[in-house]
Amino acid sequence: MNQAPIPTLPFGRKVSRWFGRNLIRIYAVFGFTYLFVPVIYTFAFSFNDAGKSNLTWRGFTFNNWKNPCGAPDVCSALGNSIKIGLLATFTATILGTLIAFALGRHRFRGRSATNLLIFLPMATPEVVLGASLLAMFLAFRINPGFWPTVIAHVMFCISFVVVTVKARIASLDPRLEQAAMDLYANERETFRRVTLPLVMPGIAGAALLAFSLSFDDFIITNFNSGTLVTFPKFVYVSAARGIPAQANVIGSSMFFLALFIVIAGQLVNRKKVR
Amino acid sequence: MADASTSSHGDLILTRITKTFGDFTAVDDLSLTIPEGSFFALLGPSGCGKTTTLRMIAGLEEPTVGSIFIGNTDITTKKPYQRPVNTVFQNYALFPHLSIFENVAFGLRRRGIKDVKEQVEKVLKLVELPHFADRKPTQLSGGQQQRIALARAIVNRPALLLLDEPLGALDLKLRRQMQIELKWIQTEVGLTFVHVTHDQEEAMTMADTIAVMNEGRIEQMGSPAELYESPATAFVANFLGQSNLIRGVVSSSDGDSQVVTVHGQKISLLKERNKSESSSVVVGIRPEKIRIDLPDVETKGNALTGGIVSDVSFVGVSTQYVVEMPWKQDLMVFEQNDGGTPTLRPGDPVSLSWNVPFTFGLDGSQDVNAGAETDEID
Amino acid sequence: MATRASTFSGKKGRLPYLLLAPGLLWLFTFFVLPIINLAGTSTQTPVIGGDTGQYVQTFRFANYIDAFNASREQFARSFIYATLATLLALAISYPLAYAIAFRSGKYKNLLLVLVIAPFFTSFLLRTVAWKQILGESGFVVPTLRALHIIGPNTTLTASALAVVTGMTYNFLPFMTLPLYASLERIDPRTLEASNDLYANAFTTFRKVTFPLSMPGVVAGTLLTFIPAAGDYVNAAILGNPNTTMLGNVIDSRFFRIVDYPTAAALSFMLMAAILILVTLYIRKSGTDELV
Repeated sequence: MNQAPIPTLPFGRKVSRWFGRNLIRIYAVFGFTYLFVPVIYTFAFSFNDAGKSNLTWRGFTFNNWKNPCGAPDVCSALGNSIKIGLLATFTATILGTLIAFALGRHRFRGRSATNLLIFLPMATPEVVLGASLLAMFLAFRINPGFWPTVIAHVMFCISFVVVTVKARIASLDPRLEQAAMDLYANERETFRRVTLPLVMPGIAGAALLAFSLSFDDFIITNFNSGTLVTFPKFVYVSAARGIPAQANVIGSSMFFLALFIVIAGQLVNRKKVR
Repeated sequence: MADASTSSHGDLILTRITKTFGDFTAVDDLSLTIPEGSFFALLGPSGCGKTTTLRMIAGLEEPTVGSIFIGNTDITTKKPYQRPVNTVFQNYALFPHLSIFENVAFGLRRRGIKDVKEQVEKVLKLVELPHFADRKPTQLSGGQQQRIALARAIVNRPALLLLDEPLGALDLKLRRQMQIELKWIQTEVGLTFVHVTHDQEEAMTMADTIAVMNEGRIEQMGSPAELYESPATAFVANFLGQSNLIRGVVSSSDGDSQVVTVHGQKISLLKERNKSESSSVVVGIRPEKIRIDLPDVETKGNALTGGIVSDVSFVGVSTQYVVEMPWKQDLMVFEQNDGGTPTLRPGDPVSLSWNVPFTFGLDGSQDVNAGAETDEID
Repeated sequence: MATRASTFSGKKGRLPYLLLAPGLLWLFTFFVLPIINLAGTSTQTPVIGGDTGQYVQTFRFANYIDAFNASREQFARSFIYATLATLLALAISYPLAYAIAFRSGKYKNLLLVLVIAPFFTSFLLRTVAWKQILGESGFVVPTLRALHIIGPNTTLTASALAVVTGMTYNFLPFMTLPLYASLERIDPRTLEASNDLYANAFTTFRKVTFPLSMPGVVAGTLLTFIPAAGDYVNAAILGNPNTTMLGNVIDSRFFRIVDYPTAAALSFMLMAAILILVTLYIRKSGTDELV
């Protein structure tokens, strides 16, 4: 019959309630936008019909993308970065994984000293790492260049590999290995058939991390590469007179490639669980 | 290649096994023989050493002192992959990166067995999961994972199958179902099962023989009925079911029974059911054996008078009474709700009576609270 | 650990050492030795009458004092900028990490990827991009001038503000990810319990959420501050001669003005300062597991 109206909040209260709950989401939107501004800018300007100096917008063109090696030295710098990255990643991943297994699965004396030695490079400023290595190379009359750079990259990547792989090993249920041994697998078989497959995602992640650290490194590379130009060095040096749009092309491509790899990795993981 | 000949069969014999971790003694001079083909339970509260004992049998721990034999074969120092022993782990420990088929086939492959497919299919049928071969462990429910873990172990026909609280993670109904199934599989396949659990009902349901462990030692070993009706220590009396334990002194002897004085009242106790060797004795009687009546009703057998009901709990099947006796001890009485006794209320004065043979006697130095449930809620 | 050891050690007691040897040897040769060598260099003096780059060991500890006096300004600046950048990064990242941990629902993984994604573009390209965005030909400055927020002659680039902003931006993921990791671990029911016990949203944050996220805060601030203190790329690209940091000085003493002992002394002082600050910081916030 006569029903009392269902009470609702006044409009003003509703608005402030909505704000309170979503304030942080709104902030997040702004935050992410801020994060992507230089990326979008770089991507946009890769289409700039720039000529020598990519500072002001001249016109839209696909030429840079069609001819990414058009600007002098861009591709050789990229090639150097990739070569160094692959070599350093390969070496650091192996060395670091071995250490991670020692730390995560074995008892030995000198554990805290080892942990300290792994931690210190991550806590040392890159200036110091790069400068000290250069000084030592020079003292032994070794000139900075390709191999010193690779050596330096391996050095600072090992710690990150160790931390990543160690974390993965720690999350591995030791009872799985015990179950394997219980089911007639000796130590070597257990490692091959159970431990290694389960740690592999961590190793892969560590390798990706090492590669991106190496590829993007500037300071340590600057000290130890001499006349060899890597991609970050190329950008730095050309920053003054104008970075060619091709560099933007490469930067954007790296972005999309890396994004693709990460998302693909996540989808593959999800499929495995399903 | 691992040598795990399942040809070495026989009883499992643990002799004077001790395991210490630093200052902590997990297992203390434990000896026991488990007959081949039996369903054996290691029962005890957390930290009593039962899991450590199991792991030593599996080879995942090495005893500090002592030896382990299967039949005539000394396996004390053998690695897990060299023993004809398989384990069903508490959290199942199924290999997440392998399919169900490969999980079950794992042990067979390591031993180089040829007709893997047939054996795996047979054992999957046994655990009633015949079409799950291609799935991954994460796609299975808890109960299904447990059955696959069982299949993975059984398919190897080990001399000994060890189960480390395998039903702990399952809900009540599923647990009951699995208890029956496990027992059935054991009799089907004829393997020796060693089952570790803290659930006394589970142990009594499934096992032929139970060893009750406490603080690294075996308190008592025997059939479920033996342990229940004739506990040797207060711990066993309290851990299996519930017991009323009352201190008393033997006041006289007569043929095959004795008279014990408890707080001024006299109780008869058969000599053969009295484990105490001195005159100091702890008299025990299980709550479900006691009849509770108003004081004027005529009683038969043993009787304790002067009690007052302090709490009544209706539990469906039975009504549980807490009765405060004149010497300030609370006794428990469980009366079946079969209409035999009228329900009593708090404050009612009552007398308790029971048949003499149900009484058991423990050594007088026993701690009457040993093994009783404290804060541990299972 | 006892269990694992008893199934994995035994005769193969040498195995861990074999596993450790190659990597630790590499670190020793290319990290420890160079640092020791640097220590040696820091006390050398130029050979009188020799070519540039020739030094002799004289254990001249006064090098440190000279170096410090010459670069006091840059020292201070490095630590001030690094602190500012760290605080800003914390302020910006914390709500972001919070949003991803608690308010993102099924998009959580996607958002995490989006946080790291911008950093797949080269660090230098990003920094140069900011230089151009904030520069005369970008869109920010003309807009702000049109809105009369800044005067017609103020520039945003080549300034301390630009340097700190650049540093903050570049180190954001180092702050966001550890914060996220530790916020993620908080059981939301703890927050519900707090609300149930009469705490409003702000109090819950202050007394429950923030303290529980401290490990992430510590890790994030360390991961940001340490590289920030030694950074000089942001200062080089976004700054001017008055915003040079210690890193710039060390770099120039290596390549322009060849003065290895000074460069070495400065490097050590930078390292020492960082280590002292970090140790004090960790002591105060009480986390011990670093690696």
